[in-house]
Amino acid sequence: MSTNAILYAIAVLGGLGIGFGLLLTLADKVFYVPVDERVVRVREAVAGANCGVCGYPGCDQFAEAVVRGEAPVTGCTPGGGASASALAEIMGLDNVDVEPTVARVRCQGGDGIAKDSFQYQGFKTCRHAMSLSGGPKLCPTACVGLGDCERVCQFDAIRMVNGLSVIDPDKCTACGACITECPNSLIKLLPRAATVTVRCMNTQAPKPANLSCDHACIGCKRCEKACEYDAIHVTNFLAEIDVEKCTLCEACVAVCPKQSITVSK
Amino acid sequence: MRLSEIGIFLFFVNAAFSNNFIFSRFLGNCPYLGVSNKLETATGMGVAVVFVMGIASLFCYLTYEYILVPLGLQYLNTIAFILIIAALVQFVEMFMKKSLQSLYSALGIYLPLITTNCAVLGVTILNMNSGFNLLESVLSGVFGAIGFLLAIVLMAGVRERLESSEIPKAFKGFPISLIIAGFMSVAFMGFSGLVK
Repeated sequence: MSTNAILYAIAVLGGLGIGFGLLLTLADKVFYVPVDERVVRVREAVAGANCGVCGYPGCDQFAEAVVRGEAPVTGCTPGGGASASALAEIMGLDNVDVEPTVARVRCQGGDGIAKDSFQYQGFKTCRHAMSLSGGPKLCPTACVGLGDCERVCQFDAIRMVNGLSVIDPDKCTACGACITECPNSLIKLLPRAATVTVRCMNTQAPKPANLSCDHACIGCKRCEKACEYDAIHVTNFLAEIDVEKCTLCEACVAVCPKQSITVSK
Repeated sequence: MRLSEIGIFLFFVNAAFSNNFIFSRFLGNCPYLGVSNKLETATGMGVAVVFVMGIASLFCYLTYEYILVPLGLQYLNTIAFILIIAALVQFVEMFMKKSLQSLYSALGIYLPLITTNCAVLGVTILNMNSGFNLLESVLSGVFGAIGFLLAIVLMAGVRERLESSEIPKAFKGFPISLIIAGFMSVAFMGFSGLVK
C-alpha cells in the first residue's frame, strides 16, 4: 500500500507535468503567431529595461512600433547610440539618418529679463506657480525658474542659472523627461546640429510681448525678410525656424531687434 | 457558506466584500501594491485576475475531484495546483495571442505576473477546504476576483490623488500607501458580519 501511494504520487505529478508540457508544446504549434523577425532582432538590440522612456509600455511594444515605422530608431535612450545604430541597420536605414537630438530651452527670460507680474511666494515648483493667475511672469510662456526640469533630470544636465533653466548639451541624453515636466512646454527636442534657435515661445501681440520680456519675439518679421532660404516664418507673432531648410547662416540672429534668436553650443 | 443556503447575491457579497481577498484574507497584496499606481493598469490587472481565477478554480476543482481524491492523494493539492495555474496561465496567454489580439495587448504584461499571485492559489485551496462543488468553486473564484478588482481600482484611485497632494516627506510613496491600505481594510471590516 505504501509503495503504491508513492508510485501514485509520482505518476500523478509526473503525468500532470508531462501532460501540461505536451499541451503547451502543442499549443505553441497550434497558436503559433508569425512574428516579423526584425521585431525579434530589434527587441534584442534595445536596452531591455522596460523603462518606458520611449513612450511605449515595454520594450516589446517599442520593437513592434519601430518595425511598423511608427517609433524612431533613436527612441531607446538607455540603449544610446549603440542601440540606435543597431536598429538603424536592422531597419535598413543609413546611420547618417540617425540624427542626434538634444533638449533646448526655448526661453531666455531669467530674473530681470522676463518681467514679474507678481511676487510669488508659494511652493517652490513651476507647476504650482503656473496654476496661480497665469504664472508669476508677465509673459504667459516664460520660464518660471523654480527648477521642475532640474529635479526631473536623471542625468544632472539641467541647472537653474539666474532663474532660467540651462541645459548642458554634453550631458543631455534627449530622454524627454524635462519636456513633459515643464508646465509651459518650453523645452523642445531639436537636432543637435540645429544650433540656431528662436529662444522664445511668446505668442502675445507685439506690444505686450515687448513689455513683458527683454528678449521676447515681437513678430516683426525682420528675420523672415533676412532669411535667404525661406527657413524662418512668423506665425502668431512668433518666429519659427524650419530646421530642414536652415543653413545656420545666422542672418536672422543679426537682424533680430530683441535678440530672441540665438546660437547655442 | 454554501450557495444553496444563502443564494447567489449573498454568495457574491460574501466572496467579494466580507471575505475580500485583499482586505480580510490578506492574499494578493503584491500586485495590489505594485500595480496600483495608475487606474488604467490597475483595471487591466484586475480584469486579468478575474479571468485567471475563474478558470483556475474550474480546472483545479476538476483535477482535485477526479484525479487526486480517487487516488487518495489530497496532500498533493498545493503542488498540483501550482502546476495547473502556471500551465494554465501560459496556455491562456498563447491562446489570446493568437485569437484575441486586442485582449492580449491589453492584459499582456499582467498575465505572467498572475502566475505568482497567491490569491489565485489561495482561492483554489479555500474552495477545496470549504467543500465547494463545481459551480460554487467557479463562482467563488470569479466573485473573489471581482473583490480584488474592486480593491485594486479603489487603491489606484486614491494613489492617483496622492500624487498631487502635499505629503510629509517621510510618508511619501509606500509608507502612505500602506497606511491607506490599512484604513481601507478597517473600512471593509464593516462588511464582516453581513453574511452569517
